[in-house]
Amino acid sequence: MQSNKVLALIKNEFVLEWRQKFALGGLLLYLVSMVFITYLAFDGVITVPAWNALFWLIMLFTAMNAILKGFVQEHGGLQLYYYTLVGAQEMIAAKIAYNAMLMVVLGFVAFLVFVVFMGNPLDMLFVYLANMVLGVIGFAAVLTLISAIASRAKNNFTLMAILGFPLILPMLLLLIRVSLACVHGAVPGDYLTDMVAIILLIIVTIVLSVILFPYIWKE
Amino acid sequence: MIRQHWWKILGILLLVYVIYGGLLFDVPDMPVIRQTIRNIYFHVGMWFGMIFILFMGVVFSIRYLSASQPDDDLRAYAAVKTGLLFGLLGLLTGMVWAQFTWGSFWVNDPKLNGALVGILTYLAYMVLRSSVEDPEKRAKLSAVYNVFAFVLFFVFIMILPRMVASSIHPGVDGNPALATGDLAPEMRVVFYPAIAAWFIMAWWLYTLLFRTMRLKMDVDALVDDYNQ
Repeated sequence: MQSNKVLALIKNEFVLEWRQKFALGGLLLYLVSMVFITYLAFDGVITVPAWNALFWLIMLFTAMNAILKGFVQEHGGLQLYYYTLVGAQEMIAAKIAYNAMLMVVLGFVAFLVFVVFMGNPLDMLFVYLANMVLGVIGFAAVLTLISAIASRAKNNFTLMAILGFPLILPMLLLLIRVSLACVHGAVPGDYLTDMVAIILLIIVTIVLSVILFPYIWKE
Repeated sequence: MIRQHWWKILGILLLVYVIYGGLLFDVPDMPVIRQTIRNIYFHVGMWFGMIFILFMGVVFSIRYLSASQPDDDLRAYAAVKTGLLFGLLGLLTGMVWAQFTWGSFWVNDPKLNGALVGILTYLAYMVLRSSVEDPEKRAKLSAVYNVFAFVLFFVFIMILPRMVASSIHPGVDGNPALATGDLAPEMRVVFYPAIAAWFIMAWWLYTLLFRTMRLKMDVDALVDDYNQ
């Protein structure tokens, strides 16, 4: 794997994203609408665990939408062009890295909007945000390969959800545990093992994606 | 060896012994669990059988990815189907057990959730297969998903619960069914044969599924030829 190619691909993703601002705008609008709907639905009365659960659900659905479009957007000709230029491993590494960065940005925006509408019950803001960053990187790691699989089959959004949810659940449960610990005001011993587990999961997922992607890349 | 009969006969004999011994032999009388402990021969055995056959499925998927033999794809598919059946049976026996020891069919516990997630994962594998029509593409995509899913599923049920979560389901600190010190000696004479019996049943069922699926494929190909 050549790192300069990966960097070039990541840059390319940013340029493409910037050219199609409507896609990014669509995502942001989706996110804000979801937060607004939860705000209206709950009418300001909300417990802290529910606050936390809602935030993660919104992040999950945003991630599904954001990451699926990465592979679906590319039509056959463009793929063939990439195929002649770069290797499969560079491609998936760049996609995961780009999706992770995109998700970190979306995560902070989501958090901001969420706090504005739903209030902020957190004592440990820094740990919560660190956990959120880990979480969205994890979503990107798991969902990128899934979106590559789903984009090659019919029905891709449904398929993405079906294939992705069970695989993302272990990570989601860990994330919710850590963030609940933050909400309740925990000592580091309570959440550090969980965070290490999340990091390990992310590493396992990325390694697997890089190994497996070449098999579905060549068609 | 696979074409011979002796291992199937051995499997049947073992299973008959397990059902007889499992229901009639003496077991230690422990509080709360009481006689339901006999379920260990079935519930744990089926779960082990599932993990064994799913693992074989992953082996076939990896072999497919490296050699692209269509048979390996069918083998992986048959293994996953068998694994799903064993997983569902393991889940059902576990639920019955939970009802009589914990007082409800389902409790919110990392291990139980992990089991359900596993079932969902492999049902998703079925959906994936049915949504791709081109056989080669289907084989590739499902092989990749199978390997990816198995590793994450394995991490979820085997490693994570031990690392982080507290669970009322046994098996948090190492696996009690395998730690020989935990299992009463009089139960081991049934438990180990039970594991062997469920492994053999899983493998037998898998071979049957694989052979019928391949026959169906051959018949379809013949019909296509005839029609042309």
